[in-house]
Amino acid sequence: MRAALLIQRWYRQYAARLEMRRRCSWNIFQSIEYSGQQDHIKLYNFFGYLMDHFTSASSQRNLVSQMFRESDAFQDVEWEKQFCYKDIEVPDVYAGPHLSFPLTISNVTELVDAFKNKQKLHARYVLQLLGKTWTLLRLMPNISHVCTCKHKEITICGDLHGHLEDLLLVFYKNGFPSAETPYVFNGDFVDRGKESMEILLVLFAFLLLYPHDVHLNRGNHEDHIVNLRYGFTKEVLGKYQVHGKMILKLLQKIFSCLPLATVIDQKVLILHGGISDKTDLNLIGKLDRQRFVSALRPLKRREASGRPKEAALDPDGDDDDDFSMGRRRVQSLTHGTPMRPRQELPRHSVHSGSGRTGRSVDEELRERRRLAGLSLSSDSELYSAEVQETDADEWKQIVDVLWSDPMSQNGCVPNEVRGGGCYWGPDVTQEVLDRHKLKLLIRSHECKQEGYEFCHNGRVVTIFSASNYYDVGSNRGAYIRLGPDLIPHFKLFQASRSTRELTLRQSVGRTERSALQALRMQLFAHKSALIREFQEYDPQCTGLISLKHWAMAVEKVLRLSLPWRVLRAQLVTSSTRDGMLNYHDWFNQLSVQPNTEIANASLLETLYKHHSNLESIFRMIDTDHSGLISFEEFHQTWKLLSSHLQTDISDKAIADLAESIDFNKDGSIDINEFMEAFRLVEQSRGEREEPPSPE
Amino acid sequence: MADKYNAETIITETQKRISNAFDVFDHESNKTVDVREIGTIIRSLGCFPSEAELHDIIAELEEEEPTGFVRYEKFLPTMTKILLERKFRPIPEDLLLQAFEVLDQKKKGHLEPEELTKYLTQEGEPFTQEEMDEMLSAAVDPDKNVILYKDFVSMMTFDDIR
Repeated sequence: MRAALLIQRWYRQYAARLEMRRRCSWNIFQSIEYSGQQDHIKLYNFFGYLMDHFTSASSQRNLVSQMFRESDAFQDVEWEKQFCYKDIEVPDVYAGPHLSFPLTISNVTELVDAFKNKQKLHARYVLQLLGKTWTLLRLMPNISHVCTCKHKEITICGDLHGHLEDLLLVFYKNGFPSAETPYVFNGDFVDRGKESMEILLVLFAFLLLYPHDVHLNRGNHEDHIVNLRYGFTKEVLGKYQVHGKMILKLLQKIFSCLPLATVIDQKVLILHGGISDKTDLNLIGKLDRQRFVSALRPLKRREASGRPKEAALDPDGDDDDDFSMGRRRVQSLTHGTPMRPRQELPRHSVHSGSGRTGRSVDEELRERRRLAGLSLSSDSELYSAEVQETDADEWKQIVDVLWSDPMSQNGCVPNEVRGGGCYWGPDVTQEVLDRHKLKLLIRSHECKQEGYEFCHNGRVVTIFSASNYYDVGSNRGAYIRLGPDLIPHFKLFQASRSTRELTLRQSVGRTERSALQALRMQLFAHKSALIREFQEYDPQCTGLISLKHWAMAVEKVLRLSLPWRVLRAQLVTSSTRDGMLNYHDWFNQLSVQPNTEIANASLLETLYKHHSNLESIFRMIDTDHSGLISFEEFHQTWKLLSSHLQTDISDKAIADLAESIDFNKDGSIDINEFMEAFRLVEQSRGEREEPPSPE
Repeated sequence: MADKYNAETIITETQKRISNAFDVFDHESNKTVDVREIGTIIRSLGCFPSEAELHDIIAELEEEEPTGFVRYEKFLPTMTKILLERKFRPIPEDLLLQAFEVLDQKKKGHLEPEELTKYLTQEGEPFTQEEMDEMLSAAVDPDKNVILYKDFVSMMTFDDIR
């Protein structure tokens, strides 16, 4: 019937346009996420820079030593005393759940219900629970071996990232963990989402209840330095103001005790990130995983004896011939094979790598610290070259497992985008899996629109369990049911009532608006570079450029490979005459407004560009996790950062900056307030918002 | 000032549009897209082919030995021609409205979800259940549980202007 045909034809075109918009938003989010992760490399560079350039001024020296202080020098026994929960009293007014150990199933269901009702577990029980978890995890091997025993089905979940709602949805659909319903949770339980603490507590509770049926793999976000940047540290300190620091310290230990992989029926390998051509499960099985605290800190020395010496930094340490102190541009955190030409790399690799490091940064940092006298043991014995090499190998094995991503081309190259691990190809999958007589690799680490995705001829599957990861409606979550036949079955879900109520059109619209807003912020943060680039195309300083040049300039400065011509329609809303854009006006109309007024434009821009790094650095300085840093420390950090970035920020500008924030206390700065003040907010269009009038 | 809109410019602009749209689905950055995404790409460039017409285009674009992928070198000339010849033009709003009115045999001014479902999943080039569900979620008035097709059409064509 012609009428039906017409309607169908029309609707399909509409649906296709929606799909295109959704895909574009997706690409935007991914590009920004990956390029944001390159800040990791910048942060690492900054640490290297600090090591090179601190002066003998005592304040600076103390600052740097503070940041690098080896804070976990005590033996485990001493730490247990530190983490004692027994003196913490639970007041009568506490309405949350009370835990008793050993845990029972009713304890745990009570805990889950409490979290559903947005209650908080008291710090005493948190520490008790975490302490027991730590004791249990220490006994576990690096690789858990699980058997389906010919009748059980195992459930495998991917990244959760603090999305408690998703975890509860999985439990609702699939059942709680139990002897009949074993689970593997494949890392990245924390960061980004706001209920990371609750997720950990639930997972650990089930682990304690069913230690043989619940398996936790470590993810790259189970790392206290990553947590500084991506929100978990902030969450814990916010929820537990008195005991938060202790909780974080204990979690640091727990994270390094988490197993690295799970193998099912000796045929299916489950780990968080992926593999590299050097991956060797035998090696991984044997190493001491607890030494590996963070991807951004070198390995602890094997024989930790006694307390560390007071750091006596010697910036002009004698250089050995072998160890040049010159600052190197860090390309990645692991040894790299030579870079492939740019066009062969996956889409989201933004930087064209130039050159390679002579040796891994880990080795370099370790060497510098040794020379600077920051070693643990009191004797100044040199690491033997052999020990160093084993350490480097082991470190690489772990980083590869936690950080790598698959690519479609053959080979194995360093993962520049993430700053750690590799991109590995289908040939590597085949070689590594065959070498270990494995059938399938299940990994997580990357968000997928349908919650899961196969690659490498079906031998690798990504499973991701945080739905609406980028924004409401952006993606589904999924989990795997695996039976004795070892064929994965996928169950999809999407949390949030509001998603289901939104039509497709509305949810695409929402995600798109979010993505565009994120892009606008990026544009704003690069304003001066963009203006310079625009002026290249406008030699007569008319203030106008063509839309074509706009797209070229933006692509060059932002270095996000996005379809700028397609996006142009939504990013350039000011009117153009004869296809020419007034770029100054355009910036003013970007609808992005800072929360405070700062006269110094370049300072402002630096702040926005390095927003996340700033937070990480400040939090690192705040070693006692009080949420406050002294004015001195603030000033020093700022000076160091600005000289590292080679931007010129005068003392006066920093003082003005300090003044513009409401410091109420004796020269100390509340980190949260500072970061909040510089969050970009969307300028309300049209009318000013009226404050609510009292009735 | 030279005439900006000479033929060459139009072709280049057109080809850039095609290239951008293609890139969105080129996940491996190797100038190929999955053949199943071709329909989406063509439609997103403003064309309204029927499924049958799409089928023909895809047949033309596939390799002699189908790989499941379409290469950009083949796609570009085909798509350029389609756009320059203005094939598969949009459906005017009034025509669309007439189509709905034809289905509304009793001239009620609205359609029941079951009615519309019956037509669209059984006639013409039938919708899949998923397509039907999606359309209904946008089309059905939540209070009255019917499809006020006049409003629906204007709402959807407003999106066109964006």
